[in-house]
Amino acid sequence: MESNVLVVDDSAAIRKILQRVLRQTGMAIHTIHEAGDGQEALGVLGTQKVDLVLSDINMPKMDGLQLLASIKGSPQWRQIPVVMITTEGGETKVSEAVKLGAAGYVRKPFTADQIKEKLAGILESAMPL
Amino acid sequence: MNLNEIIVKSVTESTLQVFSTMLGVDIVCGEVSVQSGMPEATEGVVSFIGLAGSWAGTGSVSCSPILACRICAQMLMCEAVAVNEEVLDTVAELTNMIIGSVKTELEQHLGPLGLSIPTVVYGRNFKTKSAGGAEWIVVNFQWDDETLVVKLCLEPKEQAAHVLFHTSTTDSCALEV
Repeated sequence: MESNVLVVDDSAAIRKILQRVLRQTGMAIHTIHEAGDGQEALGVLGTQKVDLVLSDINMPKMDGLQLLASIKGSPQWRQIPVVMITTEGGETKVSEAVKLGAAGYVRKPFTADQIKEKLAGILESAMPL
Repeated sequence: MNLNEIIVKSVTESTLQVFSTMLGVDIVCGEVSVQSGMPEATEGVVSFIGLAGSWAGTGSVSCSPILACRICAQMLMCEAVAVNEEVLDTVAELTNMIIGSVKTELEQHLGPLGLSIPTVVYGRNFKTKSAGGAEWIVVNFQWDDETLVVKLCLEPKEQAAHVLFHTSTTDSCALEV
């Protein structure tokens, strides 16, 4: 079965790079949805079936940690794994993300291999039965 | 190693790593300098990002329109012949990654710092000025014939408050920094 991924980042450049990297990984991906901030991401989650979320932390309107808290606080979405992709390397933000239930995090700048390695196991377990 | 040396080392390593990882390009580190006072009028693409915490300041990345387009084309693997929204967005993200990495390194020495959303300016014959009084540490990088300039200014927050106190109240100062 193929998975649907939601990429959340206020940078269109990063969304474009992640689209390309995800396609290059060879993982079974059906659709890659995009959102420019947390609010927009919640809108996508409300209308589309999503199996995995990749989210930046530092975003306007609703940041990645608020989005993560909303997803993990929702009975409908809490099973969806969320991977944070961020420049925030500080222990505080990372610890907060882990506490909120993030499945993992990747630091920017990233390579395609780092994304592939991080997502391989997560996407497999998140694949719809 | 003093703070300026730490900043130069961190800016250099971060910039080289971002270019190597995200663009697959090895750029060359050039001249390092310290700038104070009003900068010369400039033109091209300049991106700013704020740092805040017990220390506060600004990081900036600037380059020519030609280099901005080249960075965009290389990073997104697309054609970029003029400075458009995609090019500006790419320079903003580049700034976010470079200064974000510097921030992470500096947090080990200065404590937790926050990072703002980047702002990008494109134009001709404009000047920029930070409201703080700190000096800018300037590191130049070369990609063939084009120059990318990464700058950072940081000062302790208490010092900024100290300056404010001086200018807004009396000549005397109760607070020693």
